[in-house]
Formats: sequence, structure tokens, C-alpha cells
Amino acid sequence: MTDTATIEETDINVDQSAKEAYFTAGQGQLIWARFKKQRAAMVGAAVLIILVLSGLFAPFLTPYDPTIEGRNADYQNGAPNIPKFWDENGFSFRPFIYSYERTRSIETNFRWVTKVNRDKRRYVVLFPEGDKYTFLGMTFRTHLFGVDEGKIHLFGTDATGKDIYSRTFHSINTSLAVGTIGVLIAFVLALIIGGISGYYGGWTDSVLQMITDAVRTVPAIPLFMAIAAFIPDTVSSEGRFFIISIILGFIGWPTLARRVRTHLLTERNQEYVLAAQLCGASAGHVIRRHLLPSFTSYIIVDLIISFPYMVLSETALSFIGLGLKEPVNSLGVMLQNVTKADVLLNYQWNFIPVIFFITLVLAFVFVGDGLRDAADPYADTKK
Amino acid sequence: MSDVLIAARNLSVHFPLRRLAFGERPVVRACEGINIEIEKGSFFGLVGESGSGKTTLGRAMLKAAPISLGEITYSDADVTYDLGSLKGLDLKEYRKRAQLIFQDPYAALSPRMTVRDIIAEPLEVMGITSGRAETDEKVREIAAKCRLNLEHLRRFPHAFSGGQRQRISIARALVSDPKFIVADESVAALDVSIQADVLNLLNAIQRESGITFLFISHDLSVIAHTCDFVAVMYLGQIVEAAPTHKLFSETAHPYTRALLSAIPSLDPDVRGHAQKLEGEIPSPINPPPGCRFNTRCPHAQERCRTEVPEWREMSSGHHVACHFSEELSAEFGT
Amino acid sequence: MTSPLISVKDLTLRFKTDEGLVTAVNNVSFDIAPGEVLGLVGESGSGKSVTAKALMMLNADNSVYDDNSHITLSLDGQDIEVLSLKRPQDQMIIRGGAISMIFQEPMASFAPAITIGDQMVEQLLIHSNMTPAEAREVSIEMLTRVGIPEPAQRFGQYAFEFSGGMRQRAMIAMALSTKPRLLIADEPTTALDVTIQAQVIELMKDLVEEFHMSILFITHDLGVIAQTADRVAVMYLGNLVETGTVRQVINSPAHPYTRGLLNSLPKLDDLEAPLTPVPGDIPSPLDRPPGCVFHTRCVESGAIAERCRTEIPIYTADSANHQVACHLATEGDPS
Repeated sequence: MTDTATIEETDINVDQSAKEAYFTAGQGQLIWARFKKQRAAMVGAAVLIILVLSGLFAPFLTPYDPTIEGRNADYQNGAPNIPKFWDENGFSFRPFIYSYERTRSIETNFRWVTKVNRDKRRYVVLFPEGDKYTFLGMTFRTHLFGVDEGKIHLFGTDATGKDIYSRTFHSINTSLAVGTIGVLIAFVLALIIGGISGYYGGWTDSVLQMITDAVRTVPAIPLFMAIAAFIPDTVSSEGRFFIISIILGFIGWPTLARRVRTHLLTERNQEYVLAAQLCGASAGHVIRRHLLPSFTSYIIVDLIISFPYMVLSETALSFIGLGLKEPVNSLGVMLQNVTKADVLLNYQWNFIPVIFFITLVLAFVFVGDGLRDAADPYADTKK
Repeated sequence: MSDVLIAARNLSVHFPLRRLAFGERPVVRACEGINIEIEKGSFFGLVGESGSGKTTLGRAMLKAAPISLGEITYSDADVTYDLGSLKGLDLKEYRKRAQLIFQDPYAALSPRMTVRDIIAEPLEVMGITSGRAETDEKVREIAAKCRLNLEHLRRFPHAFSGGQRQRISIARALVSDPKFIVADESVAALDVSIQADVLNLLNAIQRESGITFLFISHDLSVIAHTCDFVAVMYLGQIVEAAPTHKLFSETAHPYTRALLSAIPSLDPDVRGHAQKLEGEIPSPINPPPGCRFNTRCPHAQERCRTEVPEWREMSSGHHVACHFSEELSAEFGT
Repeated sequence: MTSPLISVKDLTLRFKTDEGLVTAVNNVSFDIAPGEVLGLVGESGSGKSVTAKALMMLNADNSVYDDNSHITLSLDGQDIEVLSLKRPQDQMIIRGGAISMIFQEPMASFAPAITIGDQMVEQLLIHSNMTPAEAREVSIEMLTRVGIPEPAQRFGQYAFEFSGGMRQRAMIAMALSTKPRLLIADEPTTALDVTIQAQVIELMKDLVEEFHMSILFITHDLGVIAQTADRVAVMYLGNLVETGTVRQVINSPAHPYTRGLLNSLPKLDDLEAPLTPVPGDIPSPLDRPPGCVFHTRCVESGAIAERCRTEIPIYTADSANHQVACHLATEGDPS
């Protein structure tokens, strides 16, 4: 008898504490609880975190320097080396790859031909010392994996012999960095302009909206062509990188500004804002206490959704040669190489980075959608 | 006269519309020529349908709507204000003394603040208390009056039902020790069984603290039970004002009569006795000339279409604006 | 006793939500005879709207009907089992054909970018074989019938050009143009001013007589029910607690909830009487009380409170066919 009573009690207690948790949950917690229930969004978030981390730790995770320094002159346009555990020569606990020999072959009119030597194995090693890289200001040499002799190219190499695997992860880093700077600039501009527009309304709003619309109609490609023509070649690749990011930010703010303005216009008319004003609250108090928290959740969603657009814009621009250039790594730069028929027909592994980027963009989109669905229903809890 | 807390004299509130048409700019005459006096400690009811201007009048008395013509005077034991020219420190002081309870319990509370913060906000904004301990003390005291316990204070609005949220709104209005509270349709959005609860709470607060209430509603039966004085509004004007029992026993204005009889009776055997008003409520942009009610009044005569009726005192405390109130009152009384 | 126009038996409806299966309607049974006005009274969370929408299969996709729920529509001698209608062609009969519905917010029920006339004609063209010209004629005639002045001109106007009361009349006109047998009115007068409400109620009563149609009148306003309904059903938290003629339910209510509801209303004939609310709050549908669904707020249970907490009262009728689900009412206080 006592057993069932205690079980009932604990059930009730669990129920009570669950209910209490719901009652005292702030908005952030409620959104997180709803976000967790969406599987696509959670998967997207996991993938996103993995990709972002691998981008950040790219120098460690990849075996070679992605620039011309780390190239493998003996293995240009080389096919991917897939580590094996077992072949006709026997089983091995350590994964291995084959060796390659380059000879001038009669069959091809004395051009270089790479032959696979299946008997000579090269074993994969963990944490070898390799090319130098700097991370957080400190220099390291250790990479996650490598091979005891020569080089290993999981995704193959491109025309100059650079390891595509290394380049892919470094390029994720670059694209994310460009995206972040672009989004931040766009966001700051959008907050200021959209904020003033939405809060004051009236003539200020009309004028600012006209300016916003004007900026939005500027076509991106011709603008970039013009600016690309003006950037002198003497500007370093980093400099170019920053200029492109800033330009992306300046192009991207109108959409965000409009959203900020809409949120503000709605929130401004809420009754609880009027209640605060009737207590004599200053504009600052109203903005700080009521308006800003109200659209933080929406803005975060907008930011996350803007990210893939920035990444894709940069990719497109670099692809047509107006954005980043070698030796900076980004997807657009890597895709510049694939426009030749030769590559399309023979060296398809150059496309592997595309899969990573599709995954990255999709992950952003799923997370953004999931967040938006989680944040939205809270806005109207009516009977 | 010194018993009057807040008085409006010839008050008009006009809202110009932003249309850039040829000729005159259209103006919404939300309130026109209002004359009322609300006594200290009374529960004053303001009843009307849509377009009557009752919400606007309530807001004007809180200085939340512009005064176009006329004046509103507030006078309690300590200060006297003319609301038209109120600003700066005086305005801040007035805000402490005059508060508003909203209609929609779901929109009036910020979903991102705990109940404690919502109730404490007026204290913090107006600088009434210094320090968190004092604020908390005051919040707890007021919350207890509204039957909200410590558990409730930690929660967010989404955890509460409509009736409970309305009690939170009431607590927020009470926390600055106001002398005057405007309750704008505060029970309209609540279930009937909860309405009575909130009304009882308001009455209890009024008896205990002597706060003057302006209770705005479209529901005449609710007003009849809670208010001691009622003013009836139609299309921006007050057509009749009297102590409650007189309004019902000595109804003088045809609109009041129609309003009373339009309320569906709970007796299934009294059907079809409602006096139906024909036509729609005219727009406040273009009110009918003369007596504004003439387009729908079953007793309208030629005079009503041309001459605006005077606001006259029929008997002690009972005012009406109708050309034929004496004759009609006799007729209604039967 | 003529056979009822529509017969609802043991309707149980649940919704699949993130928090689990939520019961919105629990074992509800009632009949509506042809030409009768049945008032369905309840507050928020009572399940009255959900019940009405079930008659037209308008509930959301996550609704789950119980297997032994039956809604039977008797049309011209034929019985149609509403819950088994799956194909849109079959469902047309209940949606706008034999059953029509009008809603609380007429502004939300009319498409804002299409004229009222076009919407009415569209409805007629779907449900009948009329030509567009004939449909236009019938629509204008209906607009006249509901008392809209200058109907031919109003036919070409948009919803925002009508006032609240007129929009509701236009909605009634649209609903009645297909000559339905049953009109479901979901809080049709709640959003209207009281003088306009009186007009619309008059109109609906006239139309009932003229068209010999039944109305399922859903509202929380007992006064409106007293003025329009022939019979009344009271719902609380998804359960029917009382059914009877309007005089039975209003003059001698059998269920404590109905009594509580009537007592909490301000009455004009006794201004001094205190207002007595029903204590407590409506429980969340996730938290349905065991036993009698009203027991958490019932002040009359007294000595048999234990029974009310554990045993679900059965819906029983007395000699005058006044039905109630209450231990106190059917068996009285044992002491």
C-alpha cells in the first residue's frame, strides 16, 4: 500500500515540478524546449556545430598546408587515396595506402604517368609532425593524421598538387569568416536604420524606407564588377578578404533592416508598451525593457538565415573571379578550377567540396527554420 | 464641488485623419462637448457601444489622448492639475495617481517578464521605492490583495488563465497607490463565471482603499451591478447620466431605453419585447446634424434634426440631453 | 416524435498534440429536430466549437474521432453517417450543402480581396446547378431578405466596406443561400454591439420560421439563449452536463454548473444582489479531473464529494426528458 502511495506521490511531484518548470520558464527556455522537439532542426544543429568546429580546427584536422607551400608536386590531379585495411597482400590493423611512381611512359608520348605500386604500402599515422601552422597566435606542427612516407590525399589533389581535403576544411573557415563579418556589418546597420525607422515612424520612417529600398535595388553583380575593378592588385589577399566581407555587409543590410522595422512597429503598439508609457517610462526604458527583448529571438533567427546567403554570395562572386582569389581558400576559389572540361570529365574529385558546402548551407537553413518555428508560436498565446 | 475628483468641461477629442484629399481634412470626432464630474471614492460607469467614444474619454482622462477643446481638471487632497497643460514633473506625479487596467488580459502583460517584474515595473519607473527589498515588499503586499501568492510571482504570464492575468493587471495598476483608476472593458474578455470574481475584487478594492474608479463597458448589466453612477454615451456624446437606480427607474433618454431593452432577458417567456433600433451606428467622422441620435430614434421629430439638445438637469444628479426627455420619461416610467 | 434531423451519439474527439492526446469532447450525445433551435452553452475550453466543427468535419488534421462516435444526418429519408465521409465530393453535403456555418468574426470569414457578391455566387455554383446569372439573382434576393439596404450595390462591395452588423447579415445571407437544413451559428452575436445583436437575433428567428431550418446556436451568453433557443445543452470541459428545454434549464437548472453560471450573471431586476462567481478556474484539458469533470469547482457536492471525485455520473433523463449528469441531481444527497 505504501509503495503505490509513494509512487503516486512521486508521480504527482514529477508532474508538479514539470508544470512548475513550464510556468517559470523564460522565453529563451521555452524556445529551446520547442526547438529540441524538431528532429530536422536538431540534426541540422549537430551538423552545423561539427562543420563549424572542423572549420575552426582545420589546421589541426588536415595534414597539409592548403596553399602552394603544401602541395605535392609529384601527385598533381591525383585521385583520392582511400585508406584500406585489407587487400590481396593481407590484412593490416593500420590503415594503409599505396605508393605511386611517376615515370615517363612511352605509351603516352613520354608524358608523366602515375602508376600504382600495390606492393609498397604506406601506413597512416596519427599525430605526426607536419607543416607549420599558427593557431591563436601559437605555432604548432602536429596534425591529426598523416602518412609515414610521402603524402596522403583523402580527396585527391588539384591541378597544382594541392591537397583538396586540406583546402576544403580551410575554406569552410574562410567562408564562415566572411559570412560572419558580412552578417555583423549588415546587422549593425540594420539595427540602427531599422530601429530608428520603426521606433519613430512617421516621416523618419518613410524617408529611411525609401533609402533602404533604393539600396536594395542596386544589382549586386555589376556593383562588384565595378568595385573589383577598383581594388588594386597590390592589396593583399587578407585585405581583399575584408573588403569583400564589408561589401557583402553593405549589400545585405536592407533586408534585415526591414525585418527589424516590422518587428518594432508591431511591438510598439502592444498594450504592455502603452502600460509602461502610462507609468511615465522613458523611451530608453521602453526600448531596453520591452522592445529589445521582444525581438531578440526573431533577430537571431534572421541572422542565422542570412548566413547562408552571405556564404553563397561570396561563393558566387569568387567563382566568377570578382571575389577572393588564390591563394585564399574558399569554395568559390576552388570552384574556379572546375570550369574546364578536363576536370569535369577526368578529375571529378574536385567537386567533393561542393557536398560540404551544400551540407553547411542546408544545416544553417534547417536550424534557422527550426528556430523560427520554435520562436513564432510564442508570440500569440491566445485562448 | 470639492468632492469632485476629476471633471471634464466641454471636452472634445478630435483625431485628424491623414488623408490628403481636396477640401477639408476628415476628422474623427471621438468626443464632443463632454461634461461630467466624477466624485471622489465613487464607482463611475461609462457605457456605450462601438464609436461612442468611451475608450477615448477614458484615455483623455489619463492624458493618453489629446485634448482638442475644453478642459479636464483633476483635484485631490494634495494637488490640482489641469490636464491640458500638464507636463514635466507634474505629469509624472499625475501618472502615479491615475492608472489604467486594460481590456485584453493576453496583450496587456509582457510575455517576457515575470509577474513580479510586471508588478514592480511602475515602482521602478516612477522611482517610488528605493532598493530591491522595498520593491519586493510592496509587490508582495499588493499581490496578496489580488490573491496572487509568492509562487505566482515567479511565473511568467503564459502560466495563467484570463481571470488570473486580469488580476495581475489590477495589481500592476494598484502598486503606485493611485487615487483614480480607469478600467477599460476590464471584464469583457473574461468568461462569465470569472467576470463576477474580478468585479467583486474591484469592488472590494474600492471599499477598502477609497480609490475612484471609472468603469468603461458596453455591458449595461455589469455596470448596473457594480457602479453607483452611470453615464451613457452615444457617438461621442453623453446622452444621459444619473445615479444607477435612477437610470433604471427613471430612464429619460430614448437611447438608454433602447439599450436597456436590447439586453436579452434571461426569462424565456419575455420574448420579442426588445425595442429594436433600426439602422446602423453612424460614423464619427460625419455625425448626423442636430441630435446625433436622430437617425435611429423612434421618437425623432423635425427639431431633433436641426437643434442640438441641451445638457440639462432633470432631477438631482440626473442629467440628460434630449429635447423631449420630460414627455418620454413619463412614457418610459409606465 | 419526428426523427431528428441530426443525431450525435457518443462523440468523443481527441487532438494529437506535443503534450499527448488531449480530449476535447467526451461522450457527447444530442439530437436536433427539424426546425428546432438548440442552444449549446459553455465557456472557453468547454469544447462547444469543436463539437460544432465535427458536424462539418472541419476539425484539424490532428483530430482523432473515437470509433464508437456517430453523427447521423437524416436527409429526405436517407441516413448519412457524417464521420465516414472521407472524399471531398461526399463531404460537400455537410459543408455548405445541408449544413452551413456562420462564425463569430465576420471580417475573418470573408476573403478581403474578393467582393461579397463573388463569394456568395461561388458558394452557390459549387452546391447547385445554377448559372452564374441565376446565382447572382438568388444572392441579391438573399441580401434583401436579411435586411441589407441597396443590395444590388452592396453585392459588388468588399467586406471592409460593410459595418460589423451588416457583415454578419451578409454572412447569414451567404450561409442560407444554399437553403441548408441546419445552420450552425458559432458565437454569431458576441462581437456585435448589443443593439445590433438584438436585430440579428430577430432576423435569425424569422429565418428559422420561414425556411423551417434548424439552428445549432453556440454561445456563452445565456441571455441570448433564453431569447432564441427551444432546447439547451450545457457543456463543461468537453462533457455535456445538462440538456433540456430552455425553460427547464433556465428556470429550474439541474446541474450545479448551470446553477453557478446563472447565479454569476448580473441581473437587471435585482441590482443589489451580490455577484457570485463559480469558484476556481477551468482546469486545463491536459488535466481533466477524474470522476465528475466539474467536481473541482462544485460547491454543492457536500457529503457525496467522495463519490463525485471517483465516479463519473451517468447522463440520465427525468420524466420530462430533462437530462443531467450529476450524482446529486439523479440520486440526491444520501444524508
